[in-house]
Amino acid sequence: MANDKSKTPINVGLFATCLVDLFRPTVGFAAARLIEAAGCAVHVPEQTCCGQPAYNSGDSRHARQIARQVIESFEIYDYVVVPSGSCGGMIAVHYPDLFADDPDWNRRARALAAKTFELTTFLADVMKIDAAEAISAAHDGTATYHDACAGLRELGVRDQPRELLAGVKDLALVEMDDTEACCGFGGTFCVKYGEISTDIVSRKTAEVVKTGADLLLAGDLGCLLNIAGRLKREGSSVQVRHVAEVLAGMTGEVPPIGEIGSERGGENNGKKDGN
Amino acid sequence: MSDNKSGPKNGPKTNNAGRAAILGAIRQSLGRPELSTDAKRGLNEHIAKHRANLVPARGKGDRAALIKRFREMAEAVSCTVETVADAAHLPAAVADYLRANNLPTQVTLAPDEWLAGLDWEGQSLLETKSGAAGIDDLVSVTPAFAGVAETGTLVALSGAGHPTTLNFVPDYHVVALPTSQIVGAYEEVWAKLRKANKVGRGFTMPRNVNMITGPSRTADIALTIELGAHGPRSLHIVLIDDETAGETDGETEQA
Amino acid sequence: MEFMKPGAFKDNARAALADQDLRSAMTMLSTGMIPNRQGAVDRLPEFEKLSQRGRELKDHVLAHLDFYLERFERNCKAAGGHVHWCATAEDARREVLEICRSVDAKTVTKGKSMIAEEIHLNEFLEQHHIEPIETDLGEYIIQLAEEPPSHIIGPAIHKTKDQVSDLFLKHHAKLGRTERQTEPQKLVNEAREILRQKYFDADVGITGANYLIAETGSSIIVTNEGNGDLTQTLPKIHIVVTSLEKVVPTLEDATTFLRILARSATGQEFSAYTTISTGPRQDGDMDGPEEYHVILLDNGRSAMLGSEVQDMLRCIRCGACMNHCPVYQSVGGHTYGTVYVGPMGAVLSPALLGVAETKHLPCASTLCGRCEEVCPVSIPLPRLLRQWRQRAFEAGDVPSLERWGLSVWAFFAKRPWLYGLGARLAMRGLAYLGRDRGRMRKLWFAGGWTDGRDLPAPEGQTFQERWRKQQRERAAS
Repeated sequence: MANDKSKTPINVGLFATCLVDLFRPTVGFAAARLIEAAGCAVHVPEQTCCGQPAYNSGDSRHARQIARQVIESFEIYDYVVVPSGSCGGMIAVHYPDLFADDPDWNRRARALAAKTFELTTFLADVMKIDAAEAISAAHDGTATYHDACAGLRELGVRDQPRELLAGVKDLALVEMDDTEACCGFGGTFCVKYGEISTDIVSRKTAEVVKTGADLLLAGDLGCLLNIAGRLKREGSSVQVRHVAEVLAGMTGEVPPIGEIGSERGGENNGKKDGN
Repeated sequence: MSDNKSGPKNGPKTNNAGRAAILGAIRQSLGRPELSTDAKRGLNEHIAKHRANLVPARGKGDRAALIKRFREMAEAVSCTVETVADAAHLPAAVADYLRANNLPTQVTLAPDEWLAGLDWEGQSLLETKSGAAGIDDLVSVTPAFAGVAETGTLVALSGAGHPTTLNFVPDYHVVALPTSQIVGAYEEVWAKLRKANKVGRGFTMPRNVNMITGPSRTADIALTIELGAHGPRSLHIVLIDDETAGETDGETEQA
Repeated sequence: MEFMKPGAFKDNARAALADQDLRSAMTMLSTGMIPNRQGAVDRLPEFEKLSQRGRELKDHVLAHLDFYLERFERNCKAAGGHVHWCATAEDARREVLEICRSVDAKTVTKGKSMIAEEIHLNEFLEQHHIEPIETDLGEYIIQLAEEPPSHIIGPAIHKTKDQVSDLFLKHHAKLGRTERQTEPQKLVNEAREILRQKYFDADVGITGANYLIAETGSSIIVTNEGNGDLTQTLPKIHIVVTSLEKVVPTLEDATTFLRILARSATGQEFSAYTTISTGPRQDGDMDGPEEYHVILLDNGRSAMLGSEVQDMLRCIRCGACMNHCPVYQSVGGHTYGTVYVGPMGAVLSPALLGVAETKHLPCASTLCGRCEEVCPVSIPLPRLLRQWRQRAFEAGDVPSLERWGLSVWAFFAKRPWLYGLGARLAMRGLAYLGRDRGRMRKLWFAGGWTDGRDLPAPEGQTFQERWRKQQRERAAS
């Protein structure tokens, strides 16, 4: 918004999320590249998790302890950007609820919530970047986009990723039926109720395959691990990536989720290491 | 409401203990005693004014638009609709409809003064009787209190002239509706009802207000919609054009 | 088929997932109901506003529930009806029985009523030698099958057409119907013909109520088949079994709900029959019941007022939440082991039956939020599910392994340095395990995941590890 003329850079705290930190560092780097392309300075303070597993399990005490830690680490930045609608929603929607009975922390939680954005909404709605110009990424293929639930319903992430993807050269986007249906991940749900979760994700993969797309994209790593895990178990060749990887033009830097090497069947690429 | 009844007959006694316990529990949960007279006055006013909340645009329009919408909406829920120029044509229209669709011609008429006043004897095909519906009755002809354009809904009031069973027991239901009875939205029916049944400062409700939107249907077997589940298999509406016929009358009535 | 308790949710789910008939029935539900509702909502531009107004009205009524119930009672009595206040299910069953006995009832016809299910009325009447006859086609089917409803508006939604054909042949053969019908139209007709005489023979007709109107003392039923009207018009006595929160102030207020109910439930503009009933038959009436009784059930609802789950009392029982629920779509209603199923059931059941008994239900949700999105009275179902989870956690009703796991996880999450160390080690280990394929097919400690899915391998180093390294290199250069 106000980035062009102002002298002081916009400082963005990148909350990578624990899943990205652990499983898919490239998404963190992709997010950083995109935020920088939008003209901001990226900071990655020491971080662990947003506390959602505890919150959704009814363990508010631990959830609050972790939330305080996140608030303390991130409230110094102009914005907090999260490459996940789920963790972004935790901070932007649920943190204030966690401190409903604690006026001081509630105030701080609300202040943080107000400046916390999911990655694609930050790029499209806050920084209003022109994807084609600012990013100039290319990816030859046909993708379909899964609307991850928390981002969609808690933060209104729907058009932003699609607008940004429209700026990616050579990429065609096809919509799957019922794209707003849950993939069955649900945090600890997918392990506690593994069989139900598998059934739900099978409906999702059926829709993905039906589109004929060769690439599935979404903005939440939890959903992506789930859908990729199921697609691979089904023997599908559809590749799976976080939307940030494609937008940042980093698909060459890391194999698709749950795969190894850039060529399918190229199992002997041996060691791969991010950079 | 005014009390039009002699009060409960020899039914079971009111469970006073349950009543006190429930009202007490409600007040305890809400964290307050019984409402004050002042607070009650506001709520009484809400009831007394019975304001419409929000009437959709599709419930509004000029006469022609509303009649057209009523017809379209009714047809969309599998009613058949025809229009006759005046009430005198109704018996012939009923006879023609039954003949054309190969339906039984023994007809039970609502014991309604207006309906009974028409020339049914003139239709040699029809065998008519009047009264409530019995288990073997296959065709009924009834009036309606109103038609509602927003969903093609007929509104029937139970009463001496309109036994409720006629709406549900026979296999085939024919409803005669003067177009002047068509309104845009449900709220207009309540206004009409309050006026028609006015008693003192209140009004009485008939035992049944039946809002009927198409013939009986079910989707309980494999989500397939089938007509004629327990009520009528078909619903035929004969609109009687009483608005354009006597033009001057019609216009003053609309005002 | 036996129906297990809500405590057996996981076992029930496993059985449901293996039931091919159920799976084909449930597929039709999600492919049919979701677009139907969306179409109806899209055709009425004012839907959102109506829904907002409905929500406000319900909140208004709940805040003044005592007033509106007393007003309802007064007007119901003025019209010649009786009102029975019943604090518990047991009270309600007793009142119904007493009324039935006053006319020596042999058979009772029943329209669809979730309150009757809630108080397990059929079983009770049978114990007292009164035959309850379900007349809603879906209810009739499950009564023959001796099953509870699996959906609040489509009780037999879990049954395929073939199962209905078998069921009808089995039960109707003794009535001379020895031909197995396979067309839905013929099946519907068969039930129609068999039930017809029963409407006329019944001594008492029992229906539920979608709404009670304080202004007029009336009850409203919204149906499609016409069975509810035959049920309440033909017998000597009409009993309405309903609950406290169904009351609305005026006809106009009821109208607002009528505009959103069918659209949310079945995607119809309006259900075929919306019937407002007030008192018994009146002077001059040629039909209608001689007595009209309203059973007003509390059964835990008054205790929900003022609590964290009060919002649940806004529910208008449209079923949209379950139609759109991914878990319900997978396992169907019987898996829940409760009368109310799906998201609304998972929130309501703990209030009615206790948290300990039903602790699985609030947990068996992905919290995807689609239920709240389609709820016409904006009940924050995910939030309420979390409330119950919190209650269960605080009450110690959480398996010790899960509690222990959360504590260990929280221990690390609160100590970034330890977390970083553990994460680096663990991710290297996992990456090593997945080095050949980029994923793992089997992981002993993650069976819940790997039984049905591969686990994608991590890249190896953590993001923070690499980021700091990169920052150091940048600073050095």
